[in-house]
Formats: sequence, C-alpha cells, structure tokens
Amino acid sequence: MAEPHVTPPRLTLRGITKAYPGCLANDSIDLNIEPAEIHALLGENGAGKSTLMKVIYGLVKPDHGELLWDGLPIDIRDPAHARKLGIGMVFQHFSLFETLTVTENIALALGDDAGDLPTLAKRISEVSTRYGMALNPDREVHTLSVGERQRVEIVRCLVQPIKLLILDEPTSVLTPQEVETLFVTLRQLASEGCSILFISHKLHEVRALCHHATILRAGRVSGECTPQEESSESLARMMVGDDTPISTDYPKVLADEPFLQVRGLSRLSEDPFGVDLQSISFDVHTGEILGIAGVAGNGQEELLGALSGENEIDNHDAIHFPHGAVGQLSPRQRRAAGMAFVPEERLGRGAVPDMSLKDNALLTGFLTGLVKKGMISHRKTRTFAEQIIERYRVKTPGTETHAASLSGGNLQKFIIGREIMQQPKLLIAAHPTWGVDIGAATAIHKALIELRDKGAAILVVSEDIDELFQISDRIGALCHGRLSPIKPTPQTSINEVGRWMAGDFSETDVASSATVSA
Amino acid sequence: MIKLEPRGQHSKLMAWLSPVLAGCLTLVSGAILFALLGQDPAEALHTLLIMPVSDLYGVAELFVKAAPILLCAIGLSVVFKAKVWNIGAEGQLLMGGLIGSACALQLIDAEGVWVLPLVLLSGMVGGALWALLAAWLKTYFNANEILTTIMLNYIALNLLIWAVHGPLKDPDGFNFPESAMFSDSALLPTLIDGTRIHYGMMFALFAVVVVWVLLSRSFLGFQIKVLGLDASAARLAGFREKRLVWIAMLISGALAGLAGVGEVSGPLGQLVPQISPGYGYAAIIVAFLGRLHPVGILLATLLMALIYMGGEMAQINLGLPIALTGLFQGMLLFYLLACDVLINFRIRIPALSRSAVAPIASQKETVR
Repeated sequence: MAEPHVTPPRLTLRGITKAYPGCLANDSIDLNIEPAEIHALLGENGAGKSTLMKVIYGLVKPDHGELLWDGLPIDIRDPAHARKLGIGMVFQHFSLFETLTVTENIALALGDDAGDLPTLAKRISEVSTRYGMALNPDREVHTLSVGERQRVEIVRCLVQPIKLLILDEPTSVLTPQEVETLFVTLRQLASEGCSILFISHKLHEVRALCHHATILRAGRVSGECTPQEESSESLARMMVGDDTPISTDYPKVLADEPFLQVRGLSRLSEDPFGVDLQSISFDVHTGEILGIAGVAGNGQEELLGALSGENEIDNHDAIHFPHGAVGQLSPRQRRAAGMAFVPEERLGRGAVPDMSLKDNALLTGFLTGLVKKGMISHRKTRTFAEQIIERYRVKTPGTETHAASLSGGNLQKFIIGREIMQQPKLLIAAHPTWGVDIGAATAIHKALIELRDKGAAILVVSEDIDELFQISDRIGALCHGRLSPIKPTPQTSINEVGRWMAGDFSETDVASSATVSA
Repeated sequence: MIKLEPRGQHSKLMAWLSPVLAGCLTLVSGAILFALLGQDPAEALHTLLIMPVSDLYGVAELFVKAAPILLCAIGLSVVFKAKVWNIGAEGQLLMGGLIGSACALQLIDAEGVWVLPLVLLSGMVGGALWALLAAWLKTYFNANEILTTIMLNYIALNLLIWAVHGPLKDPDGFNFPESAMFSDSALLPTLIDGTRIHYGMMFALFAVVVVWVLLSRSFLGFQIKVLGLDASAARLAGFREKRLVWIAMLISGALAGLAGVGEVSGPLGQLVPQISPGYGYAAIIVAFLGRLHPVGILLATLLMALIYMGGEMAQINLGLPIALTGLFQGMLLFYLLACDVLINFRIRIPALSRSAVAPIASQKETVR
C-alpha cells in the first residue's frame, strides 16, 4: 500500500452518478481496484451494485463521473469494447443456449475472435484444467449442472486475455463445496495479476476471499474496509445502517406429529429440460419448520407445483394431509384444507402487480369470510388488508396502493402476512427471503418462527443454506429431483448438507432417515 | 431510429383524458378532411354530429342505434377484462338474430305474453352458443380465440344469408330474401309513440348495471379480472381458469345475441340479410374507448351511434360516401391507440438527444 502511484490502479471510478426515473441508483461513487486485487462490492438488493457493474461493463452510461483504466481516462462504449480492454463479466443469470455444446456457446459469445472450433475447444480444455474447473468442451449445456454452467461463463472470460473479472453474486447458485473450489480458482487468477470485482451480500464469503471491500448503501459508498479485519456484524452494519435489527438465533424444536406426508412422489416434467421428481418422501410435522436446500433447477419448482396443486400428479396417494390423500385436490381445495402457499415469484404469482393491496389480500384470503353469497365485502377486505399491513409493518401509503409499487421486501412481508393471517395448518414457502433486504428478512423469519410456535407445519424451500440453518428444525436437500436424508438441524452441518446438494447421498441413507422420521 | 421509453408513472387522469383527446383529434382531422373534399368543415361537422340529434325523433333513433352497440360492448368488457379477445360479437349478434327469428317465425300464430320472452331467450342462447363454440376451441384445443371468433363471424353471416334465402324466406314475399313479419306478440314494444326507440335500450342499460356490479362487487368478476391481469396468480389462488373463460364468453355471447334478437324483433320486425351494419365490430372500439368501464362504455356508445347516424346524414345532405362512418370509427381507434402509447411512453429520437443515452436502452434489452 506504500507505493500506489508506481503502478496506477487497474480501474478507478470517480464520482459515478446514474439516475433512473424516480431513483438515484448511483450517487457519486468512487472506487479503486488494484491489479491482482480481489475487491468486494457489498450491499443489499437495490443498493446500486448492479448499476455500478453495468457502468464498468459498458452497459450503462453514467450521468456524471469518469472511469480511469490503468490510470488513463476512458469511455467504455459497449460490452464489446469492455471485453477488448480485458474486462470479463459473469452475470447472475447465465445466457447460454441449452442445446449447443460448451465450445459452441463460447464461440458465439466471442464472435469473430473465436477462431475455428477445434482450436477453441483445445483452449477451453487448457484453461479449465489450469484453473481447476473441470469442463468437457463437447458437452451440451443442458446436461450441465448450474455450477458447471457458471464455469462455462467464467472460462468464456478466461480464454481471452483478462485484466478484470466481474462476478455478480456468483455463489448463490453453488453448493458450499463448489464455493470453495471457485475461491481457489479466483485466488489463483488474482495471483497471476488479474483483478477481480466480487459482488455479493454474503459476508462470510467476502471475509474469506476478498482483500478489500467497498460497501454500498442506497446508491452511496457507505464504507470501505479490509474485510479480514472486520466482523460479519460490523460489515452488516455498514450495509444496512444502525437502525435495522440484524438476524438472531432461534431455538430448535423437535415435533413428531406429521401434518403433510409425502410418500413416493414421482412426476415426469413436461419441460424437456425440466427435472423429474423421483420417489420423494418426507413428512412435515405440526410445530416444526422443515427446510429443503438445493441449487435452483434441481426439482424445487416441480415439487412445489405438485404440493400446491398447480401441477397434477398421477399417484393421488403420494400427498397426504391428516384427513386423507389430497393429491387429486385443486389448489383451492387444498387451501380449504388448511394449506397456505408463498410462491417464489412475488409479482405475477404471489400478487397481481396492477391490483391494489386490498384486492391482493382478497386473492388468497377469499376463504376467510371476505366473500358472502358470491359478493365481495369490500369493508372486511379492507380491514383484512389493513391488519396485514399493520401487523407485518408493510411500508405503504395505504390499501389502495398497487402491489407493483412496493419494494420486494415489503411485498414479501405483505404476502407472507396474508398467508399467515389465514391461520394455516401448513405453510409452504418458496425462497421466502430471496432478494429481500436484511430488515425484511429478519421480520419474515420471526413471523415464520411465530407461526411454527403456534403449531403450524412449515416447509421452507430455499437456495440460501445459511437461512435454512438459521430457521429450520430439520433439514434436507434436493438434487436432480431426488431428496436427500433429512436430519435435525443440530445433528448435521453445512458441509454435509452441501454434499447432499451435490447429490452425494445413497438410497439407503434416505430410506433409514425416512423410517426414523415416520 | 425512433425509440419509445416507458414513462415512470401511469396517470389515472390521463388514462381517461386519452379517449377525450382522441375524440378531439378525430374532429380536427375530420374537419381537415372535409375541407379537402371541398366542403365547409363547420357545416359538415354540424351535419355529421349535431343535425342527427336536433329533434326528438333523431334522439330516439340515436338510442335505437345505441342499444345493440351497448349490449355488445358491455358484454365485451367482461371478456376483455379476462384478456380473452372475443372479436366475434358480430357473429354472435347475427346468430342471436337468426335463432331469435327462427323462434319468432315458429310462433308466428301464437299469442300471449310468453312469446316475446321466449324469442329473446332463444336469441340469447343462439349468441351464447356461438361464443361457447370459440370458448370450447380455446380451452380444449388451445385455439386462438381471435382467429376462431373472426372465422365464426363469417360462418354466422353465411348461415344467416342462407336462412333468409331458404328455410326462413317469406313464402308470400315475392321471392325477396327476407322473412315474414313477426307477429305483434313477438315484437319489442316501443317506449315513445311515434319513434322507433324500443325496450332494447332498457335491456342494454340494465346490462350495464349488472355488469358493473359483477365486475366491481362480485367475486366472480374479481376472478375474471385476476385471470386477465395475471393468469399464474389466478392459478395459484385456485381459480378455475377454463371455467372463467367459459363464463366470460357466455356472458359476452348472450348479450351480443340479445342485441341481435333485439334488432329483428325491434326496429326491423323481420329477419333481413343486413341486420347489423357492423355493430359487433364497432363495439370493440367502443369497449376500448370506454376503457372497459360501464360508464365510459355508455358514453362511447352514444358517440359511436352518433357517428353511424351522422354518416347517413352526410350521405343524404352532402352527398358524401357512407364509407365516412367507417373512416371516423377508424380514426377514433387510431387516435386512441396513439394517445395511449404517448401517455405511457415518451418518444426519444437518439440523433437529437445526447448521443450517449441512446444505445443504453437497446443494450439493456439484449442483456435481459
């Protein structure tokens, strides 16, 4: 640090400002990334991380401010220009063609620079071996796991000369073991002089990997630090400010009276690239939270669709409530039998974007006396919506506000509140805190624990393994449509669940755990 | 290249001002058009819009024209809320007229208060079944209802023409393609003596109130709206999608059928080949011009009926072609769509604004 002027920083941002209609995404942001540095960009959803990296990658022009590349002012025109400079970017959502091979995908991304395919394939093999990312260039992308697809994206950046690699929330799609492997690769890259901008909201990862961190809050830089010298607590404080409660630990319980019983649930997916459910069996007991971990795309959607009743299943006996099989019942009949459901998509499934909160309260609350003889009681519906807003501290001007104008966290509080207020006997929640700020996530966790303590059976499906360890009483994982053994949370570890997420479990494990819980 | 950029906020006021603005622009364009045709614009517009309703008979005629349009449009507002694009109100209207006429002609010697309700009911059933045919094709075969309903319109028209040339032709009618006159007990009574205004308008107003209540207060209407705004939310909440499509099409078809039978047993008194000058199509424009809201539809209906009458008046008094009616309808729809686009989007011409801004929007799209 004593001689920063000898080599100029790889990239310098000065006073970057970008406004969108109604929101200041970046407010005069300064940032320095040194050569060979792993630099973390930390912040909650909506703090302005995505906009800033798009500025660097030439996707968004800032309203004000300047960029310096190797000490010289530069105007990055577009992503092609950025790639020419040696900037590579791995997006959170991959843009790969499922039916093409790894080589073909990378060739498409490189355009004219790709050269002939056999040479490119050789180069891909070299790069992937060198950085410890096993990858067969001839495989078609749809046969790859999510972790492998991410490798394709990273290798795509590495087959060209690279000076700065930007990774947007790269670990959210990986098992804990895959995260470790990725970190090894990134450290090796950095040691060879490549700068890395690592965008994340997972504090322990930032502390484990990064040399330097810039923290964003509400579009501004709220702090800079060396992550190893900080605690997760202090980093979180910089992210959320002083007035937001940060998550706590919840006592675990063990219950033994099953409410939802799933036995041998199998279902072929209609989607050619979907996941078939393979003989899934588990119980959710009254008064407990069962967590199901897993990387997205391993059968979660299919399982949730079968449980909610949106997808029909052949074997009606596979899903049981205490009063009998429910496999043939419609979503509405399952609701009437005590089930509530929080879907992954908040806008466009959990709530109708262009309807008021009042109407959205009616959307699933109609079985609770809000409708008499086919007519809506607008007064009761309004009261119901007001109660949700008040009890779950939804920040909104009132019940007539459209759902689309609420922030993700606020809307999720509203949806979860709406489901909980119906006093369900079984709540199924998909990714309940995905994309939600820490304050709202804590509120949502508290609400789930409260519902559990009132004796409801709760199933939480999430990609966030830390969250599951925090709130689940028992935990399992989905991989390729198969369910791992389920163990009480205190008796397992993040490592073990991580292995389950990667499919590292045998049928005998599953069978023995099923008999224990049954 | 011109780009459209979404505006941040959607104004409710502007959403309602848009049809008004579209109306004004249509008038201005109409005036220019008349001037180019060598007419005095003021006089031409007066002939088109004021003269038709300058006496009681004219006002009554306005309501005669308004009744079928209003019935079709208010029914369409229900299906359009569900985002089911029934373009077949015209065909459903014709089938209502045809089946209603068949019923009335069977009962040509019958007397009694039950005759008229039976005739009206058969007309509604005719329209409803024609709509349900499209609903069945949509829900069981996933056939696009826009295409099927348009095709069914032509089938209905040809069925009607076949019927007046064949089985329903008046045996004493000197081989003219028209049916016998209905008996008095199958005719809708007029509301005011000396005019042709009939009970059809009362049915239409009643339908407006019923649909208003349906959409604003009933749970069925709520489900229809949810289905239209967000089908996956409707599925998650457990609403039965196919059933809702059937119900919405049933309501729409029955009201269009009522409009058709109201024409044959109202002002016409018999089945003729031309029972509708395109009321079912005009109703589509009316439904959107009225913002799918009952009050808006009522006002838009009156405007549309006035354009129909004005077109005839201009033909008679000014010697202008009857195509004027279609032209004004078209301009109205065109300006409405244009105003809606400009209210929700702003136009950016990249060459004129700062050169930096333009490429961003397009590239953001590609990344997503």
